[in-house]
Amino acid sequence: MRRASETAAVSSKYSPGSLLSVGHLSVAEVSAILAETARIAALSPAERSAILRGRTIALLFYESSTRTRTSFELAAKSLGATTTLVSDKSSSIEKGESLKDTGLTLRALGAECIILRHSASGAPFVLARETGLPVLNAGDGMHEHPSQALLDLRTILNRLHGADKATSITEHSLSGVTVTITGDILHSRVARSNAMLLPRLGARVLLCGPTKLLPEDALGLGPGIEIERDFDRALAKSQVVMMLRIQKERIAGIELDLNEYIHRYQLNSERLLASAPQALVLHPGPMIRGLEISDEVADGAQSAIEEQVAHGLAIRSALLARALSAGIFKGQTI
Amino acid sequence: MNDILILNGRLIDPLSRVDALRDLLLRDGRVAAVEMPGTLKGQESAQTIDAKGLIVAPGLIDVHVHLREPGQTYKETIATGTAAAAAGGYTSVVAMPNTLPVNDTPSKLDWMLDAQRGSVVKLFAMPAATVGSMGETLTDFEALRKAGAVGFTDDGKPVLEDHVMRAALIAAARAEVPVSQHAEDTRLTGGCSMNAGPMAFRLGLRGMPIEAEARIVERDIQLLREIERAEGLRPHLHVQHVSTARAIEAVRKAKREGLHVTCEIAPHHFALNEEAVGDYDTHAKMNPPLRAESDRLQMIEALLDGTADCIATDHAPHAPFEKRQEFERAPNGITGLETALGLALRILHRDRGLPLSRLVELMSSSPSQIVSLAGRGSLAAGHYADLVLFDAGAEWVFDATISRSKSRNTPFDGSPMLGKVRYTICEGHIVYRG
Repeated sequence: MRRASETAAVSSKYSPGSLLSVGHLSVAEVSAILAETARIAALSPAERSAILRGRTIALLFYESSTRTRTSFELAAKSLGATTTLVSDKSSSIEKGESLKDTGLTLRALGAECIILRHSASGAPFVLARETGLPVLNAGDGMHEHPSQALLDLRTILNRLHGADKATSITEHSLSGVTVTITGDILHSRVARSNAMLLPRLGARVLLCGPTKLLPEDALGLGPGIEIERDFDRALAKSQVVMMLRIQKERIAGIELDLNEYIHRYQLNSERLLASAPQALVLHPGPMIRGLEISDEVADGAQSAIEEQVAHGLAIRSALLARALSAGIFKGQTI
Repeated sequence: MNDILILNGRLIDPLSRVDALRDLLLRDGRVAAVEMPGTLKGQESAQTIDAKGLIVAPGLIDVHVHLREPGQTYKETIATGTAAAAAGGYTSVVAMPNTLPVNDTPSKLDWMLDAQRGSVVKLFAMPAATVGSMGETLTDFEALRKAGAVGFTDDGKPVLEDHVMRAALIAAARAEVPVSQHAEDTRLTGGCSMNAGPMAFRLGLRGMPIEAEARIVERDIQLLREIERAEGLRPHLHVQHVSTARAIEAVRKAKREGLHVTCEIAPHHFALNEEAVGDYDTHAKMNPPLRAESDRLQMIEALLDGTADCIATDHAPHAPFEKRQEFERAPNGITGLETALGLALRILHRDRGLPLSRLVELMSSSPSQIVSLAGRGSLAAGHYADLVLFDAGAEWVFDATISRSKSRNTPFDGSPMLGKVRYTICEGHIVYRG
């Protein structure tokens, strides 16, 4: 288990603007990122586009993505940066080029920061080590999706405490808040990043799902995490519920009865009304409507799913500004 | 005349039950005399080594190394791998068959053992148990035995099918050599790259459960039982790189039962636990993987209480470009020949009180018996002059950049070591001087 005291030592091996794991961020850094997010969001488009004018950012995507890729790309462009997208389907990656060589090539072409989505857990660590560039982890295998956890945090803070309280946080900002994360926890990088981030701000995280998708090992993610396999019981305790899809691309070898799964774990109107009529509903997408979540809930009044996407753009703008101003960004401890 | 006189050293030769100051005379590749200090002073010899303050022991023997030749000489060659062995105090190594092509015929075995390969120490080999190590058809054990095989293994993979393993144990019993099993139920480890548990979960890596190792060990032990009963043979199962408490317990019980089971433990499995994976350090990726701390401590217990028969490195060189990639893609294995003694002395001897004589047993006399290397593993007069002379108290730090191996894939770069090899002598020739 990585202790908080090791945070600085671990992250010092990587370019300081990198964001590889939420575990590398101190609470003060999270707070600074949220403040920067609010600051950038308040700027006029013209002011915003001066922040990274003339800078070059590469998006390196080894896995398909809609939300994350588009929001990183739009965020970079809104800050005035030049972006280039490299995906595994249309590049020398298909010819067998290594991650290291792809990274060095992008660096030689002037990329000052690489945003990486990769199917292998830990790939951003390799890229950050080999290139020395700031690397933003845009989702690595089953490991982490740090920018998603940060945008979820901003969404939760905005809805629960109001936008003005979403700019500065402490270890107690989410005290008294219970967040249930339900679904395919085993394969979810979103679940890992959230379960490691939210308890550090005082939240209680309940993980919910069948044993096959939620092994007891998940408790090792850190303190403040519990397993509650009864979804209704978890909902009744929660102010926030985050739904996850079943990742069919990673689920090989696990047999699931989908009807049974829907019966036990689908978030639908009846369940929400019965157990958590006030809870905030989140979903990182992509949603599989009719499976883990019903239409009415996804589009209902308690859903903040579209807000999550909007906050994603804002958070990623701040992460890019942070990546390219490493060392001078406030809150940076290195 | 190539005689060597070794004076004033502390001879530790467990098979002769000697742990005392002795002088040795080496002549014609053999130990010619072992005498009380001072007795051999008058002997004429080309060379005299003053071993005052040094341990003089039978050369170390590693029953599990990967030398990558033929086929992957960018990782290692027989010459470079055995040079690393000599630097580590080894005088005999046993090469695994997972070369390209797989060592599964007498002619391939002959080629590997040929002096032209330039082995610096005595080279032995375990050919494949099945053709191409595909786990289906047994190789010709009898012919391979005649060509010098010291055991059979499909290392890198298990012999998975019950009936194939049963047939291999029977054929090996007739050839009077062990079947050396890589105990991994690969039906449970597909896509896995480290030990199963909370650490793997946190890193988002698929984990190898301990059952994958334990089940094969338990299955193989059951086969020994059945074969002893039904065939009247006494097959010898050697379990490679045991890494889990459950597997070592199975070995312990089987030994108590009187079955012919031996096992090895790799230095990394008593030196490191899964935490060493850290942030995806591929130098902490091997198979079997680094396990939980409780397993590591059980490996040490097994070495202390005699359940473990020997230390074997599973020396597995890989090129930098192979290790410097995504954790799940990087190949398994680390180099180990130059760090085994230094780790064993520090962790087992100094920290846990393992007597030096027991350490020499684990690293020389016992492995020599496991693979029946006649005339090795002891320094009684008449035996081969295979020796290691080391300063058991010398502290040093391993620097991978000056390794004799062609590869640098070790988690022990910069790690403290105890005990410095001063001389390695193989069949009377000084093959390393440190």
